[in-house]
Amino acid sequence: MTQPTPAQPMPAQPTPSQTVGPFFGYALPYADGSRVVPEWHPDAIRIHGRVLDAEGEPLPDALVEIWQTGPDGQVAASYGAFSRDGHDFTGFGRCATDAAGHYWFSTVKPGGAAPHIAVIVFARGLLRSLATRIYFPGEPGNAADPVLSDVPADRRDTLVAVREGDRSYGFDVHLQGEQETVFFGV
Amino acid sequence: MSDPHPPYLYPPYRSTPLRAPSQPLVVPKYGPDAIELSSPVFGHAELGLLDNDLTKQHAGEPLGERIVVTGRVLDSGGRPVPNTLVEIWQTNAAGRYIHLRDQHPAPLDPNFTGAGRCLTDADGRYRFVTIKPGAYPWRNHHNAWRPAHIHISVFGTALSQRLVTQMYFPGDPLFAYDPIFGSIPGEKARERLVARFDMDTTVPEWALAYQWDIVLGATPVED
Ligand SMILES: [Fe+2]
Repeated sequence: MTQPTPAQPMPAQPTPSQTVGPFFGYALPYADGSRVVPEWHPDAIRIHGRVLDAEGEPLPDALVEIWQTGPDGQVAASYGAFSRDGHDFTGFGRCATDAAGHYWFSTVKPGGAAPHIAVIVFARGLLRSLATRIYFPGEPGNAADPVLSDVPADRRDTLVAVREGDRSYGFDVHLQGEQETVFFGV
Repeated sequence: MSDPHPPYLYPPYRSTPLRAPSQPLVVPKYGPDAIELSSPVFGHAELGLLDNDLTKQHAGEPLGERIVVTGRVLDSGGRPVPNTLVEIWQTNAAGRYIHLRDQHPAPLDPNFTGAGRCLTDADGRYRFVTIKPGAYPWRNHHNAWRPAHIHISVFGTALSQRLVTQMYFPGDPLFAYDPIFGSIPGEKARERLVARFDMDTTVPEWALAYQWDIVLGATPVED
């Protein structure tokens, strides 16, 4: 016999977070996790960077997830991020950092006035996840974006990717230190 | 509602001092946007039929104590969260991960990988069949041992509900010595990570069982 479903939902206390630990590598990453769209997609861009600690040392045991709208600014409602067929846009990507702390995604630029990608970082040593955003450089809408303008001016750059040439953007995540990335709470 | 989560900086867990942000989190005045109010969706078609039975992923039966681990994923209002992805990973019965970087000199089990996933049903229920994991040593401090646990990852309906945590087993004598479990503020909150042995869910002649509900953070609303 399983527990009966209570008729009246009762408010419940949230389950506390714990670290993802160092040994998720055989469980959470999956083939094509980095390919939100395949590299051959005509609008594909590459976003990549490193996850770094307070001393600038790369993390070989971090997991980066991204979640974004399509170029039309709409939230994707189709599943298929696990078994990518290269056609349906699911908006979700997952990449474990390699030995050099490096992650990468092949995706498309999201839509909206100030296009941005939601990012969640997990790692050994992070007892709870960190949420940030990747904005794009040179977007006229960035100045009026309510979230970006809420961030202290001298830290805003940590949220804006660096253009590296045609269709490639760099975005390092600094967990701590002089260039500490802005992380968001709710 | 007080924050149930551990702080980023918890020096007894030695990996935190260089990795914890030193600046406070920025809470945007205008709240989350459409993307953060939603969450990726996954479908049954992209999960394997045996993904939630960790004892059937190889030719033979894994060693150890077979268990059923089940419970519901709820939001903070106590409402079930259906169709959300739950992923787990764990050691084998001897306390060894199949992960290449796990150097614990305990045996690997050729019949056990230790990774599973499933989608919650209409009542928000998940269910895994697995093997009771073992405790294992780590290098945090002299003679450090992790209590037996199952790592678990849940999505929910909004990105802010994304949760990765660990489920523990009742009465573990290692709780008092573990800085990861101990990083959670308050005994009540720590207890919420401990599963309940449930005789009603056991399968006679076959498996013991544990019940553990996962409560996600509040469902945010756009303002
Ligand atoms: Fe573990």
